[in-house]
Amino acid sequence: MSIQVQNIHKAFGHFVALDDLSLDFPSGELVALLGPSGCGKTTLLRVIAGLEQADSGKVLLDGEDASDTHVRERQVGFVFQHYALFRHMTVFDNVAFGLRMKPRQERPSEAEIKRKVHELLQLVQLDWLADRFPAQLSGGQRQRIALARALAVEPRVLLLDEPFGALDAKVRKELRRWLRRLHDELHITSIFVTHDQEEALEVADRVVLMNHGMVEQIGTPDEVYRHPATSFVYGFLGSANRFEGRRTAGGIDVGGTRLAAQADHAGEDSEVVAFVRPHELEIRLEQQDAGIPARITRVLSVGALTRVELEGSGSQDGQHYDVELPYETWHAQTFTAGQQVRLQPRALRVFTHNETAGRA
Amino acid sequence: MKSATLPRVLPGFTLSLGYTISYLSLIVLIPLAAVFIKTAAMPLDAFWQTVTAPRVLASYRLSFGMALLAAAINSVFGLLLAWSLVRYRFPGKKLVDALVDLPFALPTAVAGIALTALYAGNGWIGRHLEPLGIKVAFGPLGVLVALVFIGLPFVVRTVQPVLEDLDTELEEAATSLGAHRWQTFRHVILPALQPALMTGFALAFARAVGEYGSVIFIAGNIPMVSEITPLMIISKLEQYDYRGATAIASVMLVVSFLLLLAINGLQAWQAKRSGRSA
Amino acid sequence: MSATVSNLYAQHDRAALLESRQATRENPWVKAGILVAALGFFAVFLLLPLAVVFVEALAKGWGTYLEALTEPDARSAIWLTLSAAAISVPLNLVFGVAAAWAITRFEFRGKQLLITLIDLPFSVSPVVAGLVYVLVFSNHGWFGPWLSEHDIKIIFAIPGIVLATVFVTVPFIARELIPLMQAQGREEEEAAVVLGARGWQVFWHVTLPNIRWALLYGVILSNARAMGEFGAVSVVSGHIRGETNTLPLHVEILYNEYNFAAAFAVARCWPCWRS
Repeated sequence: MSIQVQNIHKAFGHFVALDDLSLDFPSGELVALLGPSGCGKTTLLRVIAGLEQADSGKVLLDGEDASDTHVRERQVGFVFQHYALFRHMTVFDNVAFGLRMKPRQERPSEAEIKRKVHELLQLVQLDWLADRFPAQLSGGQRQRIALARALAVEPRVLLLDEPFGALDAKVRKELRRWLRRLHDELHITSIFVTHDQEEALEVADRVVLMNHGMVEQIGTPDEVYRHPATSFVYGFLGSANRFEGRRTAGGIDVGGTRLAAQADHAGEDSEVVAFVRPHELEIRLEQQDAGIPARITRVLSVGALTRVELEGSGSQDGQHYDVELPYETWHAQTFTAGQQVRLQPRALRVFTHNETAGRA
Repeated sequence: MKSATLPRVLPGFTLSLGYTISYLSLIVLIPLAAVFIKTAAMPLDAFWQTVTAPRVLASYRLSFGMALLAAAINSVFGLLLAWSLVRYRFPGKKLVDALVDLPFALPTAVAGIALTALYAGNGWIGRHLEPLGIKVAFGPLGVLVALVFIGLPFVVRTVQPVLEDLDTELEEAATSLGAHRWQTFRHVILPALQPALMTGFALAFARAVGEYGSVIFIAGNIPMVSEITPLMIISKLEQYDYRGATAIASVMLVVSFLLLLAINGLQAWQAKRSGRSA
Repeated sequence: MSATVSNLYAQHDRAALLESRQATRENPWVKAGILVAALGFFAVFLLLPLAVVFVEALAKGWGTYLEALTEPDARSAIWLTLSAAAISVPLNLVFGVAAAWAITRFEFRGKQLLITLIDLPFSVSPVVAGLVYVLVFSNHGWFGPWLSEHDIKIIFAIPGIVLATVFVTVPFIARELIPLMQAQGREEEEAAVVLGARGWQVFWHVTLPNIRWALLYGVILSNARAMGEFGAVSVVSGHIRGETNTLPLHVEILYNEYNFAAAFAVARCWPCWRS
């Protein structure tokens, strides 16, 4: 089922959580709502579910206005961040809850409920836990039970609020892969909220980047990563080195140093901000080389990657830079702390101040 | 002492625990033991005759019956009041919240007299009930009214914090699974409140069974009809029948101990329920 | 996200937030029903009795009111009640702090039993509380003969009244402190010890500032109960007018003499000392 939200506005007192936001979620996709704390992503999810009432705007489910439909009738499966399992009920009773609450004429027989619950528990691979209580389960198991419970009522949409937020790193990785496979099996329109860009890029078909209650960019993981629309998106999707400078023909001028950059719509001589990922920044040892002058402050070698921390010198005094390079490269060149070097970006993303103002 | 061999980081263990135990023994435990020691010295048939005398039996029926009824009434209305205080906004909410403790603070004798004045035939409420044939003051109903008054804060103050801490995600989960409000209350909220509700009930009941000050003014103290058990102890004392008084007191004490055990069990259960485990 | 949401909770009245959400509110009729039932009950059982105390006390005018309070027997009763409270509250304050410290800062066997025993006076009838002291200290009691030999009077005298008052108020302060100190944990005190603070310094500079409001509330409650206790004191006092009558007992006497207004005037006087 497709979901559309149109011109949603929601404020808590003076805090604007959603600012005139419109979005389309195509049918059958797994979409990630990605953004920092307080960007409004959870509020948007709750508005779609009907758990939160928007101040204005519409939520359309399958093209029908659902704004006045009660949560109960929306047929939306919601998985809460802390699972919200009923702790006085067994795993079985938790999953059976939605079926048992149906009006008498719609309610399946106890035998039917039993069959269905076990089917769902098999789907989440936890059939053997049916008689346990939530307190006896691990975090990952609770998460999967919460999902099975939400699926029991055959929702048209599945909404997950920070589904892996409360889990430790290893379990989180496993569950991500598992959720992806589950979605490929069920093909139910799903939206999940996360603040972890790696999670969003790895699991979702499509990523919606949000900031300050507005959408910054929508696209496939590859699109948003390779072609970030705003400096916020660039900065949020990975670590970045930042340069402030002026647009010149064929490049930008950072404190007297010219760096090559692709042409864009920024007018010549306008103020711009440029970003480079740490692995796209090169260290040149020869002082006559072009590039930003900097001094190495620390070299960290962990595993396959070596991280070099630098401090700008000359016009860029006080700036911090990070460079990542393969261990072999570093080994061949052997930089040491204190050395004066030049930094040369291999790929530079330039944003005008209009693209960053009021957002990042 | 389990960990007495381990060095303790914080100071004052021996002092604080020693003081606590000595004080408690001197003020509470040893004097209470006197009741049982005195009772044990009594011939069994004399004891039995005293504690099963018709007037005393009638007082048990009244004290325990009315205490049970009052605790039940308080469980219902105490829950409604706690619910209103936590879930709704209404004018004067702060005042209501503060005044719930009134029965803790108001001297019981004053409460008793005030309730009597209120429910007597010429009182503000009594004068409206009398024509309907309902006589509250100076009868068993009066006992009930007084016990409801003193027991209310116990229920409100045990339920209220649990209700405040109740994870609203649980209700949202139930609703998103299709449950109606009443179903959510019945299957999700009430089970979570149950330990607190039962603790409040037990506390209110325990207090009501032993209550004296607020009851004797409004009860009328008619033999076989509206005499409470504590009054039986007092009247034995007034006749210098110390043994009789002690016998009845030992019955009440046993009931207190049992109730206390029940309350403690309930509180342990509640701690387990609300543990941050699920 | 969760940090922001909890901030929102704090800024926003929680009740307002819950009322604004479909999943956590009742339909308006049900809500109105609950409010009417709850507040109606509150009005009849708590508000009206309080109103009666004030109205009746002033029924015969301020003159009677003041006269009732300044009459010698009333003054001696006031004095006795204040003294009993002034002795028993500090005693239980020290006890409450010591008990809460032992229970919340250390692990030891029998802790649960100790907590249960501290609660005991809550569920013992005040009349029984008075009786136990009679059994121990009266002429027929354990120490009776020895006491009368040395001409010490406890029962039907002020020490008995103080003892009975102490008994009924034992749990109040400990009861307020234990849950709070349990919730706060012992980390801050441990940090203080690591930083070199000594026993009393830890208590004075770290523990006390954290528990002062609970402590104050416990003191207020136990003071209220101490000044208002009737059953226990009634058993041990002997009702000697002008000597061993506390305020509640004085109120009872006035009431039994059908001096309604005076009874209420004395009754109303409680809050003014308490605050």
